[in-house]
Amino acid sequence: MSPDQPLLQLEGISKHFGPVHALDRVDFAVSAGEVVGLVGDNGAGKSTLVKTIAGINSPDGGKILFEGQEVSIHKPQDATNLGIATVYQDLALCDNLDVVANLFLGSEERLGGPGTLTRQLNEVDMENRAGELLSNLAVTIPSLRSEVGTLSGGQRQQVAVARSLLGEPKVVMLDEPTAALGVPQTKQVLGLIKRLRERGLGVVVISHNLADVFEVCDRIFVLRLGRSAGDFTATDVTEEHVVAAITGLGNNAGARAEVAEDNVEAADRGAEGDKA
Amino acid sequence: MSTTPAPTKPPETGETEEKVKLDVRQQVRRIVQGDLSSVRVILGLVVIAIIFQVQESRFLSAENLTNLMLQITTIGLISVGIVYVLLLGEIDLSVGAVSGLGGAVMVVLNVKHGWNPYLAIAAAVAVGAAIGCTQGFLFSRFVVPSFVVTLAGLLTWQGALLQVLGKTGSLNVTDSKITGLANIFYSNTTGWIIAIVCIVAYGLVLAIGYRRRVAAGLGDKNPFPQIARFVLVAAIVIAAVAILNSDRGVPLAVLILLGFVIGMEYVVQTTTFGRHVFAVGGNDEAARRAGIRVNGVRVAVFTISGSMAAVGGVMAASRLFAVNQNSGGNELLLLAIAGPVIAGTSLFGGRGSVWTALTGALVIGSISNGMDLLGLQSSVKFMITGGVLLAAVTFDALARRQRSQVQVT
Repeated sequence: MSPDQPLLQLEGISKHFGPVHALDRVDFAVSAGEVVGLVGDNGAGKSTLVKTIAGINSPDGGKILFEGQEVSIHKPQDATNLGIATVYQDLALCDNLDVVANLFLGSEERLGGPGTLTRQLNEVDMENRAGELLSNLAVTIPSLRSEVGTLSGGQRQQVAVARSLLGEPKVVMLDEPTAALGVPQTKQVLGLIKRLRERGLGVVVISHNLADVFEVCDRIFVLRLGRSAGDFTATDVTEEHVVAAITGLGNNAGARAEVAEDNVEAADRGAEGDKA
Repeated sequence: MSTTPAPTKPPETGETEEKVKLDVRQQVRRIVQGDLSSVRVILGLVVIAIIFQVQESRFLSAENLTNLMLQITTIGLISVGIVYVLLLGEIDLSVGAVSGLGGAVMVVLNVKHGWNPYLAIAAAVAVGAAIGCTQGFLFSRFVVPSFVVTLAGLLTWQGALLQVLGKTGSLNVTDSKITGLANIFYSNTTGWIIAIVCIVAYGLVLAIGYRRRVAAGLGDKNPFPQIARFVLVAAIVIAAVAILNSDRGVPLAVLILLGFVIGMEYVVQTTTFGRHVFAVGGNDEAARRAGIRVNGVRVAVFTISGSMAAVGGVMAASRLFAVNQNSGGNELLLLAIAGPVIAGTSLFGGRGSVWTALTGALVIGSISNGMDLLGLQSSVKFMITGGVLLAAVTFDALARRQRSQVQVT
């Protein structure tokens, strides 16, 4: 793998749900130590793209390259094995379990001994590792043994992100990590994203909040109606440009062409009476 | 089973907490293991004991307390399985019928077919396991609500019970191996040896756990909470054995119940499988995404529930020296579910402990036993038990709402 090769690269990925083109020949890439913002209007295909990378949806066409190798991702386990971790908007935490239990859910450490059913959980080691991980990430929570249900939204988000790091992933995808968070909590989470970049991870952040995107992202990738509608370097572009790409009301020729095509397609969709 | 009364713990308020205050709070939490429900149950038992003792002085006699312990074994054993099902946030309405069927299978094989009693018991438990497994599979594979699957099961297995019993309708069991389960009492000496073994074992478990945590630099070095728990449990064990010894001795049935409670509590609290049961009950989608085989957990839990129901049925047959068409019927099912809920296992899944099978059965058993002593009619008994259940479920729902409010802030 050459140094400038992206960690994860998607080429011409398509995904249909019945007649709906959720993704239409989308190219996407993220490199190590890079934060890519994935933006787009509702129904633009952001979630579908993330789910495709995460192995929840299988793509209907196109190919996925990981570290330069073509790979097939058909189930979540495939993505996990490659080193792609996903933190969904609903966080997928168990409110009734404490922080340690949530961090290690599904990959619990156990003491030695005979039998699967009788081997004890290694709570001491898990708590130690959890403490180490959270302090490395500068995540602050009242106690490692707090029930996750009692934590604040920002703390829960951070626990979910920390959990995704236990499998030593290379790429982390965050779905709306700052939605429904207050200002200080958003700041905590954005800080955490920056620390992920410092660790050399490729980070994909889905967000509606362009202010957040501009604060942490190196690159901004715009999806519109299932198609690539722009790939910007964050420092080279203004918020207006990105908004234009998102809405399709662009002021450059490329975007306008897209709009025309999209309108045709939108009409088609209207005729079929569906909503992506 | 944590038995110390504890002050009500206000919800965690987050980062602003002072460290010192938090430590104290954690200590308190460790003593009571965070579940105020156990305190509630102990208080409930005390109140029940006072009420009945005032009206009928035989209530707290050694003889009656021994009877009470024997009366609750069947419900307690069935409830052990129910706790697992409740932890998943599901319900198993077939356990009463399965316990009746299990008892009948054992007795029929032993009496009519001359099977070895242990083989007959094993066959009964296997039948319960197979039923539970089937119901768990139907529920998880075809996404039929567990309520419906097990309600259908209730009818089906009641029919199977009648079928197995055949024309006789009632069968007596005389094999001493089987009747011994509920009718063997150990001598005073054996009772004390058992007590000492239990206390020493508990002390070792606590000491090893404490040393590992301290060695790893976790938790507080103050051994007081551990010592307090140890003293408390030792006192309870000694008191229990003293009381049982002053009557007929420690009954085998109580040891069997305790063995299942402790064993199944161990599994649910300290093993991966147990952790996954809690996870599925708390958020099955999260569990699935974490790579847990959610349906596997579900089938396993319903298998446990079916097996424990059969074990309870075996115990019931042993205690009554017979099975009949009413075995596992009447209010057994409802009481077996009500017990753990009264004692603090949530109906909504993800919260609870196998100890509530025992403490819940104690609450229900002592109410029923006390009302029998007072010579109350079934009508009154049902209404009072119903009231207690309603109160417990309401409390559970309120506690749940409080938790979700904490989360929002």
